[in-house]
Amino acid sequence: MDALFSQLFAGLSLGSVLLLAALGLALTFGQMGVINMAHGEFMMAGAYTAFVLQTFIPDAGVSLLVALPVGFVVGGLLGLLLEVTLISRMYRRPLDTLLVTFGVALVLQQLARDVFGAPNVDVRAPAWLSGAVPVLGMNLPKTRLFILALAIACVVALSLVLRMTSLGRRIRATVQNRDLAETSGVSTRATDRLTFFVGSGVAGVAGVALTLLGSIGPTLGTNYIVDAFLVVVVGGIGQLKGAVIAAFSLGILQATFEYSTTASLAKVLLFVVIVAFLQVRPQGLVSVRTRSLA
Amino acid sequence: MSAPEVTAAPAGAWWRRPAVRVWGGVAVAAVVLFGLAPALLSDFRLNLLAKFLCLAMVAVGIGLAWGRGGMLVLGQGVFFGIGGYLMAMHMKLSDAGPGGVPDFMLLYGDGVVPGWWEPLRSPVVTVLAILVLPAAIAALLGLAVFRRRVRGAYFAILSQALAAAFAILLVGQQKVTGGTNGLNGFRSFFGFDLADPVNKRMLYFIAAGVLIAMVVVVRLLMVSRYGELLVAVRDQENRVRFLGYDPANVKVVAYAVAACFAGIGGALFAPVVGIISPADVGVIPSIGFLVGVAIGGRATLLGPVLGAVAVSWAETGLSEQFPSFWTYFQGALFILVVAFLPQGFASLGGLWRRRRGASGDARDQPAPATGTPDEAPAHDAGTASTAGRHA
Repeated sequence: MDALFSQLFAGLSLGSVLLLAALGLALTFGQMGVINMAHGEFMMAGAYTAFVLQTFIPDAGVSLLVALPVGFVVGGLLGLLLEVTLISRMYRRPLDTLLVTFGVALVLQQLARDVFGAPNVDVRAPAWLSGAVPVLGMNLPKTRLFILALAIACVVALSLVLRMTSLGRRIRATVQNRDLAETSGVSTRATDRLTFFVGSGVAGVAGVALTLLGSIGPTLGTNYIVDAFLVVVVGGIGQLKGAVIAAFSLGILQATFEYSTTASLAKVLLFVVIVAFLQVRPQGLVSVRTRSLA
Repeated sequence: MSAPEVTAAPAGAWWRRPAVRVWGGVAVAAVVLFGLAPALLSDFRLNLLAKFLCLAMVAVGIGLAWGRGGMLVLGQGVFFGIGGYLMAMHMKLSDAGPGGVPDFMLLYGDGVVPGWWEPLRSPVVTVLAILVLPAAIAALLGLAVFRRRVRGAYFAILSQALAAAFAILLVGQQKVTGGTNGLNGFRSFFGFDLADPVNKRMLYFIAAGVLIAMVVVVRLLMVSRYGELLVAVRDQENRVRFLGYDPANVKVVAYAVAACFAGIGGALFAPVVGIISPADVGVIPSIGFLVGVAIGGRATLLGPVLGAVAVSWAETGLSEQFPSFWTYFQGALFILVVAFLPQGFASLGGLWRRRRGASGDARDQPAPATGTPDEAPAHDAGTASTAGRHA
């Protein structure tokens, strides 16, 4: 029972990190079909934002709370810049956006290496996140719980935006039928820009959260981007629901595999499971029903 | 498109005919690779060129799968790595002698050669495995995903995830794969001493010959009925389906051939460079293979080869002196070429011809939609009629 529970918690914890990394990606990929390889580097930017802020704000707790919104804005602005300069020119060529944004990712990584140095740096965790909470005879690290809560908060906030605001209505309209939305007076260009801002902003928040788990370096984004994409593939294009279910299922699966084999074999097994899953549902868990031939 | 040689050749000089241009290009390449390069380059430079040729082999395959077939293959490092590791394992075993144990296994492991290594003591098995294993894995994965019509971005991401998983697996199984260090310190290649400069030259000639053979194979594939089907699947997959073909099979063949080429490239890379490690097969090098192809011109025959060699050459030259500058340069190349010159530098010639044709002699202007396979632009979302504008 204890083993099962600790497995479950390890999986949920891994899943919450995956979810934070994939949430913004699911939004931009779902809306525009754009594969943003620089998404991981936006996470890195968020992480370095937290690192820079702690030099100005001595209290680690305050600096973390300030870093979350600032990280959102930093990631969002980077995304906005990318969308306006490059992606808007080529959104009819989704596969090529992948390569272009990979080029952007290379540049951003090198920039981080030149500015902050190649070695990893540490961000101090606030005192109120040190230690663990005893639950059912288990000690759950507070940082992990905080990230889980943060992931849930991000999902709730994003779904509120999508359901309640006019931006959300425009986003949903554009995802469902871009041409029809445009005809109905929705400026899909402006919607795309805002979507990219929000999606990349979530990446910045994810980056801030990652500073709680370990030291951060220029390759931070590369470590997460593939997993984040897998979450989006399994989740399917569409609502956030798919990403949430996919992130937690993959997290729990990987934790289980790691428990019974090794970490490296777990990754391979996970890949096999995903390919097998796509045999059953090629469009992912949640897909918008269409009559297209695809 | 049934006879591209005829439809594409504009009325005019014989040397503009695609077949003449292609075979002429191959002949020139053969003269340069077999005659000029060995005569002009030092042994060190020649060895470097052999390395670039191995990378160019991967590029030829990517040109087929991505340029002609429209499949963005982000994980070619896997097949490159399988070929490289198979060859490296064979060399390690033969260095250790009959029944011997490779040195690194004594260092990290328990000094017992695992069972699945044993068959690779035989040179014949090794060569067969290099030729068959990458293609078989690609065919299996391809059948699994293409049959279920997983394509576009989804396929790209899956192939990338495969590369990530493969690199992680190699690092994790240090006892049998050498871990992060990979396999290195080979002394002989099928019984020939690798320290001997004569044998190093021989390796170069093998690499050059194999590369030219690959280009010829791709050319023959492209002018065949299969080649036309492949381009048709890229441009209008559903129409091909309605005509009674299974696009999945067409794609699987191109993917498997590309994987086979990558495997051979890796197998020659290991003895030429003297090391194969997870750093050569992960996500970043896998995407790196695409740079040369994109820059040279993904849908052309010789573009990927020239692009791959040029990029590797530039990387070696520049990154030694300015390591950080090279990464910026590589990133900028990616951004600028893909965003603004999607067909690579190979399309510059066509652009120039078209511009000259538009201002002067109208006969010179090639019909946009009936380009030869060598000039047919790869466009992921457009239709054939927009080909002229894309290029």
